[in-house]
Amino acid sequence: MSHATGVRYLKEGMLPHMWCSGCGIGVMLGAMLRAFEELGYRNADTVVVTGIGCTGKADDYLVTHALHTTHGRALAYATGIKAFNPKLHVVVLMGDGDSVTIGGNHFIHAARRNIDLTAIIINNFNYGMTGGQVSATTPGGRYTSTTSWGNPERDFDICALAEVAGANYVARETPYHGWEMKELIKEALNKKGFSLVEVFSPCPTHFGKNNEMRQTREMLDWLKEKGLPVEQYRKLSVAEQENHFAIGKLVDRDATDFNTRYEEIRARATAL
Amino acid sequence: MNELFKKGRETLGREVRLIQGNQAMSEGAIYAGARFFAGYPITPSSEIAEDCSKVMLKVGGVYMQMEDEIASIAAVIGASLAGAKAFTATSGPGFSLMQENLGVAVMGEVPCVVINVQRRGPSTGLSTKPAQGDIMQLRWGRHGDQSVIALCPATVSECFAMTVTAFNFAEKFRVPVIVAPDEIVAHMRETFSLPEPGEVEVIDRKKPSGSPKDYKPFVADADGVAPLAAYGSEYVFHVSSSMHGPDGYSNNDPANAAWRVAQLHRKIEMHRDEIVITKNFATEDADVLMIAFGATTRASRAAALELRKQGIKAGVLQLITLWPFADREVATLADKVKTVIVPEMNYSGQVAGEVQRVLGSGADIRRVNSYNGEVITPQEIRRVIS
Repeated sequence: MSHATGVRYLKEGMLPHMWCSGCGIGVMLGAMLRAFEELGYRNADTVVVTGIGCTGKADDYLVTHALHTTHGRALAYATGIKAFNPKLHVVVLMGDGDSVTIGGNHFIHAARRNIDLTAIIINNFNYGMTGGQVSATTPGGRYTSTTSWGNPERDFDICALAEVAGANYVARETPYHGWEMKELIKEALNKKGFSLVEVFSPCPTHFGKNNEMRQTREMLDWLKEKGLPVEQYRKLSVAEQENHFAIGKLVDRDATDFNTRYEEIRARATAL
Repeated sequence: MNELFKKGRETLGREVRLIQGNQAMSEGAIYAGARFFAGYPITPSSEIAEDCSKVMLKVGGVYMQMEDEIASIAAVIGASLAGAKAFTATSGPGFSLMQENLGVAVMGEVPCVVINVQRRGPSTGLSTKPAQGDIMQLRWGRHGDQSVIALCPATVSECFAMTVTAFNFAEKFRVPVIVAPDEIVAHMRETFSLPEPGEVEVIDRKKPSGSPKDYKPFVADADGVAPLAAYGSEYVFHVSSSMHGPDGYSNNDPANAAWRVAQLHRKIEMHRDEIVITKNFATEDADVLMIAFGATTRASRAAALELRKQGIKAGVLQLITLWPFADREVATLADKVKTVIVPEMNYSGQVAGEVQRVLGSGADIRRVNSYNGEVITPQEIRRVIS
């Protein structure tokens, strides 16, 4: 059996990519493209929607349909695409700034609608593109270029947010686990309804530099030590959980998705 | 009233209804082939959302109430790229929220229509009262350096016709088109009869032909506009809010940027004569010219009739297309008259300023402005003459 490479979706003329060494976006993109290939996605049936930031640059390396949008609004654009043409595979790539800081409103509403999109969020705990400023996922006390004395705010748990807002599928992974990430992305793509894969990513250039993890290795080790398989994580006491995060599949359910509900309602209107 | 409708049906051979400007705009959109509406309720445009929520589903389209106006215009742009004729409707505060994403439609050359029912501001202002205070925002509301088309109907029939025209322009020129009636026109009821299918021209966007491999979504034909594929077609394509080359991929080359920015303006300038729509009322022999748009057209026409009874030759130039501005039409007519009056429901004289630009700083332009949330009356306009 030959390995999926995902190269059929890659715009090779645009390579090398612009991401820093040590960044996890490339691992995520590789995992996503391999998942596309293993699922037999046709380029012409696939739309990748991006926002703004490091992750938002990803569409430039793809030969699927693509829409590069404004900061935080990618999910709203994707909602219009999917609502009008439910046959398309619509995948939304965002950073933590895009998805839950400036775009938090669209994120919870996309999950509430349970619209059949797959959101992949690269969470690197800060604004990489603009020089490492604080975001809604920067842990409290951590240092960024705009929290020089430590972050006074609390951070969002993106996966928990998606779960309570109504997503059908929620998973989290780190670039340390590329193969597992691909498998989770495949499950998310296959899931009808809103699905989310959050990828905790190293950002040695900014977040690492400001938090004594200047080397990629240090950031990866940090993610590896903190990340526990969800079964293991759930056995920890609440106090112990504070020092860790769960990786793997966190939510898997089958509430009716938006387009199916919409078809039902539209059938009522056209029957009259 | 039933007698009137009956008479209409007999003479016209079709149903005549008493409907609101807002309803005429939603009917115009459906007639033009719109099959996607995403919006957020806001006075005084909400009837359009309500109408669409019923009608869109019946015609097999999609109606979505989004979480805000930012998401509404985003969904409209997404749906348009998936092949839909798509639109939204809003007012003042909602229109402000849409500006950033409307810029994506400009940059990505995505056909779409936005209805902005103008209400009295600033800010939340008088949400149920009319105004014409968004004229400059229609043109310059988005950051950067860009061009759009804006239309302003004055009657219920024009609400219908100009919405169809808005979709035609959007599709033909791959540009967002804004229809901007004031609250008076949007909420006013007049008799209206729906044209038969085919009676009014409906234009669809140019689709690509030839090999999908060679398709470049930003290589314009001789008419200044590139064909547009749909997501899901074999013509796989990229659209970007960032500076992009002919293939839609990021491109930071200064020569490309210069060409692209100019192209976004040029494609509208090239078709200026087709886009600029005006109407003349009794202007042939006029000494006094009122330049009006939206509800002030109605007051101006009444004022012109009254002035003519007093022996003053007055006429009206109605601007239906607000942007691009009707420079040539204004200059040609104003040249022949003694007095130019610009009545408008704003303090700052937004259209009067444009007329001044066209006629020169020395030209005597008499302004009539209302900004109390009330309509301008024919008497107020006449007063400028006597």
